Amino acid sequence: MLVLEKVDAHYGKSHVLHGVSIEVRSGEVVGLLGRNGVGKTTTLKTIMGMARRTGGRITFEGRDLHGVPPHGLAGLGIAWVPEERRIFRLLTVLENLRTGLDRAGMTPERREALLEKVYTYFPILKERRNQAGGTLSGGEQQMLAIARAMMLEPKIILLDEPTEGLMPRMVAQIQEIVHALHRDGVAILLVEQNVPLTLDAAGRVYIMEKGAVRHHASSAELRADQRVIHEYLGV
Amino acid sequence: MDQILVQTLHGLVNGMVLAMVASGLTLIFGIMDIVNFAHGDLLMLGAFVGASVLGVTGNYWLALLGAALVIAALGAVLQVTTLRPLIGRDPLTTILATFGISLVIQKYALWQWGPSVRRISEPVPGDFTLFHLQYPWYRIATAVLAGLILGGLWLFLKYGKYGIWIRATTQDRVMAQAMGIPVPLVYTAVFAIGSAMAAASGVLFGPFAGVTQTMGFDFTLRAFIVVVVGGMGNLGGSILASIFVSLLESYAAIVVSPAQAVIVSFVVLVLTMLFRPTGLFVPTPK
Repeated sequence: MLVLEKVDAHYGKSHVLHGVSIEVRSGEVVGLLGRNGVGKTTTLKTIMGMARRTGGRITFEGRDLHGVPPHGLAGLGIAWVPEERRIFRLLTVLENLRTGLDRAGMTPERREALLEKVYTYFPILKERRNQAGGTLSGGEQQMLAIARAMMLEPKIILLDEPTEGLMPRMVAQIQEIVHALHRDGVAILLVEQNVPLTLDAAGRVYIMEKGAVRHHASSAELRADQRVIHEYLGV
Repeated sequence: MDQILVQTLHGLVNGMVLAMVASGLTLIFGIMDIVNFAHGDLLMLGAFVGASVLGVTGNYWLALLGAALVIAALGAVLQVTTLRPLIGRDPLTTILATFGISLVIQKYALWQWGPSVRRISEPVPGDFTLFHLQYPWYRIATAVLAGLILGGLWLFLKYGKYGIWIRATTQDRVMAQAMGIPVPLVYTAVFAIGSAMAAASGVLFGPFAGVTQTMGFDFTLRAFIVVVVGGMGNLGGSILASIFVSLLESYAAIVVSPAQAVIVSFVVLVLTMLFRPTGLFVPTPK
């Protein structure tokens, strides 16, 4: 569904991605592992058109994303949950959700149903729906960021380090959500540093180093043979 | 004592008109980081368009609406043709571009309508007596109308779908885009709304002092001051700052001549820049 072929990217003059090739199939959870600064986040940003792609091709459902404006990706079914969460801090929780909900072709019934669904996943967001996004705790903001992405009813979610800096209880909850989204048939490209969580959630894993994909294997293989993990991630 | 009351009323009325001018400027700055130096000239052009519509139809309300719509359309065209191509460039280039637009509009107005003062007659006739002074009803009506328009703008920004788009884009344009909000369109719409607010204030203010092709710069300057004092891009702050500065100027006019009283706003500006550079009416950032 989402295919990156030999993608190169630059930040200013520095060459940050070197021929990255990744594929996510429909409904599949794919992990992207690697140390800090190896280009995982940049890979997601390049898909979103926020980093300058200087080579290669990115296609989604066979359509070349080159020339699609950044605001057009949501309509194609691509949602992004950034590492920094990027909650609209001065907007209330409900207004944050409305940024994805107020789309063309949404009937009041569908909006209600979608909101209710997200509120059952994240009851705390219903409780805090009239509170400004910036007043939420880190974990709650992460939930809001995921919930906001779900408002787009995406086919794929680019999920960037969702558990970073969260308490274990919150991590478990995020893991639960990833499973739930997977059951709903949403594909996920999961960028993580948390190896056990990634191996648990993802079917396949790409491992990056220095702006390139160095290894690609199923989670089962990686669980059976921990040497690769040690080599690239030092854990 | 009478004088203080009269000047309070005066300050409030002027503050409401200034708040309308500043609201457009601050909205545009908040979302695009553009200080629109042509803002006052759009106001002036709006006042001229209003005066022309009034001349043809004789209906003040039609003039107000017509000026707002015409200048909104002009604002949209200006944004698409001159400012959109400059997005992402050095902020200085957009400042120069709006400055250029300002000069073009001024010269156009001079060519089209000449250097003389045009009058917009008062839509609400009559005076009332405040102590021993005659105070025109129209000034009160202006303040009320400005308040209603600002209230409408606030409701639109607070509850409307497009209002939420505008606020989301103001806070984080990259994330707004990722949520599917058509940011380039939002920019154009905000520029059009800001221009319409300027034009409407021009028509509202017209009966006070007449319409001339040089009236714009003064408004740009005054609006810019209150936008800075209120906190760049903060709508509520700009409105409060407009009223605050106008009241101060009014009170100062009791002691010194009105022309000298204008100095007060510059003093407020300088003090704000020195001690509260993020704006008087914004909570101190942590």
